[in-house]
Amino acid sequence: MSQAQPALELVDIYKSYGNLEVLKGISLKANDGDVISILGSSGSGKSTLLRCINLLEHPNAGRIIVAGEELELKPAKDGYLDAASRPQLESMRSRIGFVFQSFNLWPHKTILDNIIEAPMRVLKQPRAQAVARAEELLARVGLADKRNAYPGNLSGGQQQRIAIARALAMDPQVLLFDEPTSALDPELVNEVLSVMHSLADEGRTMLIVTHEMRFAREVSSQVVFLHQGQIEEIGSPEQVFDNPKSARVRDFMSSHLS
Amino acid sequence: MDLQGFGHLLLSGAWVTVKLALTSLAFGLLFGLIGAAAKLSKFRFARILGTLYTTLVRGIPELLLVLSIYFGGSMLLMWLASFFGYTDYIEISAFAAGVAALSIAFGAYATEVFRAALIELPKGQWESAYALGMTGPQTFFRIILPQVWRLALPGLGNLFQVLLKDTALVSVVGLDELMRQAYVASGSTKEPFTFYMAAAFIYLGLTAIATASTMLMERASNPVSRGSRA
Repeated sequence: MSQAQPALELVDIYKSYGNLEVLKGISLKANDGDVISILGSSGSGKSTLLRCINLLEHPNAGRIIVAGEELELKPAKDGYLDAASRPQLESMRSRIGFVFQSFNLWPHKTILDNIIEAPMRVLKQPRAQAVARAEELLARVGLADKRNAYPGNLSGGQQQRIAIARALAMDPQVLLFDEPTSALDPELVNEVLSVMHSLADEGRTMLIVTHEMRFAREVSSQVVFLHQGQIEEIGSPEQVFDNPKSARVRDFMSSHLS
Repeated sequence: MDLQGFGHLLLSGAWVTVKLALTSLAFGLLFGLIGAAAKLSKFRFARILGTLYTTLVRGIPELLLVLSIYFGGSMLLMWLASFFGYTDYIEISAFAAGVAALSIAFGAYATEVFRAALIELPKGQWESAYALGMTGPQTFFRIILPQVWRLALPGLGNLFQVLLKDTALVSVVGLDELMRQAYVASGSTKEPFTFYMAAAFIYLGLTAIATASTMLMERASNPVSRGSRA
């Protein structure tokens, strides 16, 4: 595995809403196969950071580099950065999988159509190929029998597994998870975590914003703790969970791991 | 009901009414979508234009709109033609003027219906499409519009009902639609009640068909009632 070219690199990301600074210069590097968990209390900027990576939020400054290719940014109104080229942004987005807290499946399309839409429209795959791949992925997330169902007929846990399959259908280089289990009933959390666990095991590069501490500790190669828009601590799970240098991280861990 | 041989006249009028209503509906939907996009635009100028459109048109009686487009339209055309040395009288077709007036009116109300539906749709629906690399137009036409359509259908059905009846206004500029043919027939036979009654039944029949079609479309566009075959 080439360590020379990280799968994802963020350099000095700044983001503010008006006078409120949400991210104050965050740099992060993920090598191929890294699983990085991003922890922190609410309002620490975790989700904003993740959403800045594929420009769902527009950073005020910083650089975003995916597998050696830098996303070209240009200044837009209100001091934000926007993509200099829509086609480049779209191409990079197609290589970055994003899983939302609220699933965001399309309710007017069947499960199968949800999964094959982007492979057919963005990657221009022939329908047969997209369907075959979708069926593989449905089997993989344990929902092969739901291909003709609509999202409204599924439980939250099932919808999130479909959302993961939809992201995987693009064969992304990096997967971003934005609190993927926070909207789920407690008994449905594990079915989603176990799918994510298996993705980590097969060597996928993943960035995960989560409140599931035990899970983060098990799967992560690296743990990042954000506080007020800055990296408070970064290191191996053992270090951050068991021997945090920062008193703030220690307090957080003791209140979340009780 | 004895129509004294004027039945075919009423039917031909009804056919003109149907054509007028459907043509105005098509243009009106387009104006409504454009209006909603303008009102929700990030550009201030577009928002101002959109607000101007809906405020102005919704504040004027539809009859006045029909008259000003019919007479104003031909004046405008003659004025434009005079620059090319054409000085004869130009009359614009009553049908075209009717379509223009009714679709502009329908569009102003449809703007509000589409705007409400667009706002109601969660932002995550756009975001999940963008996050997969879909373009703006792909996202709008494949993901957003079908859902907005479903949310807007009840409101649009209501507006179409109104549009169907407003076609009667175009009779004042001499279009041979249902209302005018009923007027002509009742004038010749001196039996206004018979013919206005017949016209009323035809309008009722047309609006009933419109209501039923809206219901069918609502059902077809709702994935949950279509059911899962899983």
